[in-house]
Amino acid sequence: MGKYFGKKLIIYIITFFIAVTINWLAPRFIPGDPVTSLLAQYQGPAAGRQMLETRLRTLFGLEGSLIQQYINFWANLLRGDLGRSILQFPREVSEIVKNNIIYDIAVLLPAISLSWIVGNKIGAMAGENEKIDRYIMPLFYGFVSSPYFWFAIIVVFVFAHSLGWFPTARAYGAGVRPAFTLNFIIVFLRHWFLPFFTMFLVGLGQWSIGMRNMVIYEIESNYANYLRSLGARQKLIRNYAFRNGVLPQVTGLAIQLGQIVSGAITVQVVFDYPGLGRLMYQAVQQQDFFVLQGAFLSLILMVLAANFLIDIIYMFIDPRIRLSYSEEE
Amino acid sequence: MAEKVLELKNLQAYYRHLKGDVKAVDGIDLTVNRGEIMGVAGESGCGKSTLAYTLINAPAHLKHMGGEAYLNGKEIMSMSSGEFRKLRLQNISLIPQYALDAFSPTKKIKTHIRDLVRQHGVSPNDEFMEKVKDRLKIVNLDPSVLSRYAMELSGGMKQRVIMTISSVLDPDFLIADEITSALDVTSQRFVANMLVNLRDKEIIGSAIFITHDLAIMYQIASRIMVMYAGHLAEVGPAEEIMHNPKHPYTEALISSLPRVGIQHTDTRLHGIEGTPPDLTEIGPGCRFRFRCSYRTDKCDETPRREQVGERHYTACWNYEQVGSDSNDEQ
Ligand SMILES: Nc1ncnc2c1ncn2[C@@H]1O[C@H](COP(=O)(O)OP(=O)(O)OP(=O)(O)O)[C@@H](O)[C@H]1O
Ligand SMILES: [Mg+2]
Repeated sequence: MGKYFGKKLIIYIITFFIAVTINWLAPRFIPGDPVTSLLAQYQGPAAGRQMLETRLRTLFGLEGSLIQQYINFWANLLRGDLGRSILQFPREVSEIVKNNIIYDIAVLLPAISLSWIVGNKIGAMAGENEKIDRYIMPLFYGFVSSPYFWFAIIVVFVFAHSLGWFPTARAYGAGVRPAFTLNFIIVFLRHWFLPFFTMFLVGLGQWSIGMRNMVIYEIESNYANYLRSLGARQKLIRNYAFRNGVLPQVTGLAIQLGQIVSGAITVQVVFDYPGLGRLMYQAVQQQDFFVLQGAFLSLILMVLAANFLIDIIYMFIDPRIRLSYSEEE
Repeated sequence: MAEKVLELKNLQAYYRHLKGDVKAVDGIDLTVNRGEIMGVAGESGCGKSTLAYTLINAPAHLKHMGGEAYLNGKEIMSMSSGEFRKLRLQNISLIPQYALDAFSPTKKIKTHIRDLVRQHGVSPNDEFMEKVKDRLKIVNLDPSVLSRYAMELSGGMKQRVIMTISSVLDPDFLIADEITSALDVTSQRFVANMLVNLRDKEIIGSAIFITHDLAIMYQIASRIMVMYAGHLAEVGPAEEIMHNPKHPYTEALISSLPRVGIQHTDTRLHGIEGTPPDLTEIGPGCRFRFRCSYRTDKCDETPRREQVGERHYTACWNYEQVGSDSNDEQ
């Protein structure tokens, strides 16, 4: 068990290391120097310009040799310092990220966990019940096969534009101040709902289709046939099938996480809802390299951490993993 | 009079497919008395497992097409699945051919046992689990296997665990499908003898022992049924079948053994020329006639079952010729 944990940890550390390195490399090798572009707006005396440039380079971690910069980057990162925004200079990237990541978590955590739980239940029923399979599953296939942005546009069109049930844009209305009042919570939830709902529906389709196929396979497997031969009722067999079918779904969650997060970026842009996705989108447009870098890094970290958590959970629910690693020890 | 546990009358079961029916069990007559171990032999694909499935575990596309099957005098083919469910494990039970793959990988052995007996209204209390442990001792297993997962057990161990589970509620009739095939020679002997042991201890009333290994069958079966391509070829006392076969196919099977009737450990069915017919939409007539050296024109008609001795029947028009010197091959 400890061995499994250790192995996973090493893999995640290596992945993190590579991701950070790429993240560091990218802005340095794409054309256009952020400092030069900032200085272009400067209209003071030349001496001041010189001074400013040095200050900016220090601030952005762009002074010294590349190796020096790389080491500094890590040192800052480990202190939680992600540099400063170019556009909203001198705001710290870490603060901007913090203000945005709350919304990612508020949308993704419930959307992913609820769609996973409900999707698995519905999928298990569909695997067994022809009616559910015939009438609900095609709809779910529809959810899954349309790209996120297309699906999000439809949701906006139907629920926000045509029906007018929900607002779009921002996390709460303009002019509303965040406060812990019922009023604010309602406003917040109404803004939150559509992004959440979109993510939820796509996930629901995905997980129920996966579970349906697993259950169909499992209830025809040998152990199910054996149980049936010896007089087990369908309910018991269903429980056994679900228990086994859920394992690949957990693995699937780990695999899909990155894709879900990138789907969330699209959804945020379509709904103009805050979050790291929209932040990145804006940063790209405004060439705010360090915000882009920080947001991207935070996303990667989030996905890696969630993946790691799922791996640990998996160890507890699949006896095969537990056993195969305890035998080695 | 001996008590009949299982009686089959002209039992027919076909796999229904778009291409046509696969007539894998086609007119089987059989009586198994209490205390008997009935061996069922025949080449791969002759319908041995299908016979087992017909009796206990029919998949959706395997359809009962005719004939009857009586378990303790009650007809089971016409029973509702709810009614038959109650007979499972308590009256009729199965050790499937896929025994090594018969456990859920995420449940411990004891969970399987507990869940199964609960389905029959038996409470898996301490007393019951003690009984299970005693049963495990009979098959030479340590009670600790109960707390294991299937992946932790060897093939032979799994086979013995399955044996214990399938007989845990003392069924009158146990179908043992190829329980020795996946094992090494010593385990084969052990498992086969265990079946006899269960019968002797009256844990099971009687059994069908399906195998293609005639040598091991001869060791433990009191009677033997030989199947060919879905048909019953011959059925009778083990001694008679091995030493005085009355069907050309039985004769060929036995003569393909290295030494007739001698307990031999590694025997395979070879030495019969040709291949079994395709069972899809097969017409009337003796199904063995294409490979048979006794063939006559009469064989285009499906043979009747002839009694040739005490509880010994054959389905061959020319059974009187079988075994006579003039026609002895090899
Ligand atoms: N699900 C199925 N659908 C259609 N035909 C089948 C199916 N299962 C088996 N058959 C056919 O039925 C015939 C009997 O198969 P069965 O499994 O009963 O043979 P068997 O005697 O048990 O062979 P073995 O010794 O290899 O286990 C074979 O011709 C096989 O091809
Ligand atoms: Mg078979």
